[in-house]
Amino acid sequence: MTTTVALTIAGCTAATAAIKAVGPIVLGGRELPTWFTSVVILLSPALLAALVATQVFAEGDRLALEADTAGVAAGGLVYWRIESIVACVAIAAAVTAVLRAL
Amino acid sequence: MSAIVFAGSAQFTAISILAAGGGAGAAVPAATLMNSRFLPMSAAVGPSFSGGWLRRALKGQAVVDHSWALSSRGDGTFDEHLLLGASAIAYVTWISGTAVGALWGDALGDPDKLGLDAIFPAFFFGLLLNEMRSNRAKGVAALGAAIALALLTFTPPGIPVLVASLASLMGLTRRARAEVQERQEAEGEPR
Repeated sequence: MTTTVALTIAGCTAATAAIKAVGPIVLGGRELPTWFTSVVILLSPALLAALVATQVFAEGDRLALEADTAGVAAGGLVYWRIESIVACVAIAAAVTAVLRAL
Repeated sequence: MSAIVFAGSAQFTAISILAAGGGAGAAVPAATLMNSRFLPMSAAVGPSFSGGWLRRALKGQAVVDHSWALSSRGDGTFDEHLLLGASAIAYVTWISGTAVGALWGDALGDPDKLGLDAIFPAFFFGLLLNEMRSNRAKGVAALGAAIALALLTFTPPGIPVLVASLASLMGLTRRARAEVQERQEAEGEPR
């Protein structure tokens, strides 16, 4: 393993551990103000939508509609109809694979 | 790297920079930006963790996208045990998956052909649909997605998702706070 790779792994480990520790250390075990709760409730839709959008509507740093866009849309439709996350994921992968095979 | 960084997108970011000839000085900040979304996530779960500060800091290491999203109770609190359990399962499969890929990766062929890259976004999309029960949540989701896509083409990886988390500040409006207050009062003593 080269020094660069070792340095990169060490750096990523330290930085990621620090990021993940901040919230629990600073905010742990506290009674929370209403405004904080109100924001945290909305953090899920904000982050999930951003994660989905950046993975589905983009390829690297450019916008792109591809097989996985259609696959995930199909998965969403399935989830909306039958509320099964397993079926949603399975259909998304299957539709994506079939479209790529065409 | 899978064993100790345990965050796919950051690992891929770092590796692609190294593969392109970049040094650790470029790879580490880029991967860290990619992981910066864990800052709002860890702040959100912080109050739900029990134990002393060191225990809480260690539990914080278990925060990954899917366990964080799964354990959200939807009322601003998180199920600590579900989060730790979901992460433990993911950790074992992540590492065994990495080992399989390293040993027999060439024999498996291109995972994209099997549509495997659609699994995570589809999983998050399902969780998202489950979250979007109120008009406010729908608005925040639309805003978050719009922010992320608007920033995507000209900011470093990680920044779009981090900035999109600001959409949750819509929770600061008087109406949103009043609804939380009402719900807490209806449930008796807020925890």
